[in-house]
Amino acid sequence: MKTVSSLTADRLTVIRGGRLVFRDISWTAESGSVLAVHGRNGAGKSTLLRCVAGLLEPASGRVHFGLPRGDEREASALVHYVGHHDAVKAALSVRETLQAWRRVLGGSAQQVDMALAKWQLLPIAELPGQYLSAGQRRRVALARLSVADRPVWLLDEPSAALDQAARAILLDNGEAHLRAGGIILAASHEPLWPQARVLDLSLQAAA
Amino acid sequence: MRAFWGLVWRDTVLAARIGGGFGLGFGFFALVIALVPLGVGPDPETLRQAAPGLLWLAAILSVLISLDRLFQADFEDGTLDILRLSPMPLELMVLAKVLAHWLTACLPLVLAGPLLCPILGLPVEAMVPTGLTLLAGTPALSLIGAIGAALSVGVRRGGLLIAAICLPLFAPTLIFGAGALKAAVDGTEMLTPLVLLAAQSLFALAIAPWAAAGALRVNMT
Amino acid sequence: MGGGRGTARQYDLTPHLASGQFPHRFGCVFKKVDQRIVTHAPTVLGQLHGLANPHRFMGFASAATPWCMALAGTLLIAGLYGALFAAPADYQQGDSARIMYVHVPAAWLAMAGYSGIVIASAIGLIFKHPLADTAAKSMALPGAVFTALALITGSLWGKPTWGTFWVWDARLTSVLVLLFLYVGYMAIWEAIEEPTRAARAAAILALVGAVNVPIIHYSVEWWSTLHQGTSVLRKDGPSMPWSMLWPLLSMAFAYQALFAGIVLVRMRSEILERRLRTRRLSLGEEAP
Repeated sequence: MKTVSSLTADRLTVIRGGRLVFRDISWTAESGSVLAVHGRNGAGKSTLLRCVAGLLEPASGRVHFGLPRGDEREASALVHYVGHHDAVKAALSVRETLQAWRRVLGGSAQQVDMALAKWQLLPIAELPGQYLSAGQRRRVALARLSVADRPVWLLDEPSAALDQAARAILLDNGEAHLRAGGIILAASHEPLWPQARVLDLSLQAAA
Repeated sequence: MRAFWGLVWRDTVLAARIGGGFGLGFGFFALVIALVPLGVGPDPETLRQAAPGLLWLAAILSVLISLDRLFQADFEDGTLDILRLSPMPLELMVLAKVLAHWLTACLPLVLAGPLLCPILGLPVEAMVPTGLTLLAGTPALSLIGAIGAALSVGVRRGGLLIAAICLPLFAPTLIFGAGALKAAVDGTEMLTPLVLLAAQSLFALAIAPWAAAGALRVNMT
Repeated sequence: MGGGRGTARQYDLTPHLASGQFPHRFGCVFKKVDQRIVTHAPTVLGQLHGLANPHRFMGFASAATPWCMALAGTLLIAGLYGALFAAPADYQQGDSARIMYVHVPAAWLAMAGYSGIVIASAIGLIFKHPLADTAAKSMALPGAVFTALALITGSLWGKPTWGTFWVWDARLTSVLVLLFLYVGYMAIWEAIEEPTRAARAAAILALVGAVNVPIIHYSVEWWSTLHQGTSVLRKDGPSMPWSMLWPLLSMAFAYQALFAGIVLVRMRSEILERRLRTRRLSLGEEAP
């Protein structure tokens, strides 16, 4: 995996629907580190992640990926984004879903099997999406992180609907990603990775 | 390119598995055609006169009802977000989805639509021209329809908005589609309107991916 | 963008701040807003407000509106006098041809209105100038009304001339499709609540419609010759006598002045509405 040395937000301000979501947020995450984004509902956790993913234009400020000189990849080639929605289609099996994402996101052929194994989805690999439980769907959504190598993971409430075992899988895979030099940005109400630095948007807004 | 065909494959498989797949659009098309004689009477001459226009109107309506889900379903379940993180440009993504839409919603009309010619009092010889005009013109419907669908993503009562946007823009396609078919039925020269029909599809190909991608970017912020 | 190293996306609001009017414009707002917001008020409120230089425009619009209306009224009275009394009746169609004086200017304005929307939309999309978005939005309803007026007067003229209210004449059909384009355009503004998003979506549709207008026009022309049989509106070219021409031009300018006046009023009310929205939102921010 080609890592990025750091991920930096420089005075990000986001306005949505005429409402100021947050203003002048700056932070840096180094390669191999986790940033836990905390904050009350509506503080802009999801908005921040979408902004870093390039799905949302900030009103001002910028997101900077630390890349070697000459590497011009953009956010769309560097980040994985797992949002609130699982993007699991009822009519596609787990394997087909991951296969489709592998093609779209640009992973190699054997990565689907690896992802199925890493996220312990092999027993349900041939099951169509409509028969999956909420936790299983979430795990399929998270397995997308493993179908293509991307250095930055943006996770929005990744542990929602996950049971203890599935949560452990998430933490393990996250650890592996960090050891490989990846960066994780996780918006969550509960603590996930113990080494995470905390970015509290509630404090930012009040400051 | 792998991402492009992967998306075409995925959308086609999804359409084939959900809600009758390939048959649904054609079923609607056939239903509209079958209701026509109940409305205008069974006189073969009247039906034959109106047949080219009716076939094309039914095709337009059947495409229109399928446009509703073109982007909306993927918008609602978060798929569009992920598609935007593909290395593939959004314009190509739109094109892939349009191609899949054409394969599942229009190709059945091209192949099976001519079978309905006898119901409307058209001779068997009109079957090939019917298929030809649908083949030349339906890509324009899918492409222009994609603009309307993209503009309506995430909008309440989006289906109504798609119709309001698309139907006026479909007018030239209807005119040349029905015109070419009528020329064939009347035994006059159909090549000119057929070529103009195909030209419309090509023109739509040139603008629709950009307009629809722009509309998606606007509606997803 | 991004400088030499790595990739980055840079956004700033410099264009919005470029106008000297800006800080002045918000001077009165600052005092009422919480100190926290004030520090960044020019950028944040500027974006919220969404109008780059509304102050100067509002002044211009308030001053120009009565002039437009007065001009429209004067020209309308003169034009109607010319049309109803001064101009001779048509030697074939008699007095019914006088409908031309209200019909033709409306048809011109129907096309001019759509062109105006397209131009304003292009400016809005390219330069991200909110005033252009407001202008495009404000032109839609009056443009549609004049288009409908052209259709109605056309069909009223058709009754004595063609013996029926509606004939599928190429021009009438083109104008009808144009009316549908207006309706679709207005539907987008109605359907999307957030103003900037609605503006961009509507602008894309206006441009798509614009490239389609010639195609629609020629396809309808072709279709009309295929189904030949209906007569075409008589072309009263430049050979029209002066006594008929001056009332027509007077009416045309009256319509345009009226259109301009209505658009200015609508733009002002739109801008005031957005200001209200902005104030409400910033008050909401303040609330504990």
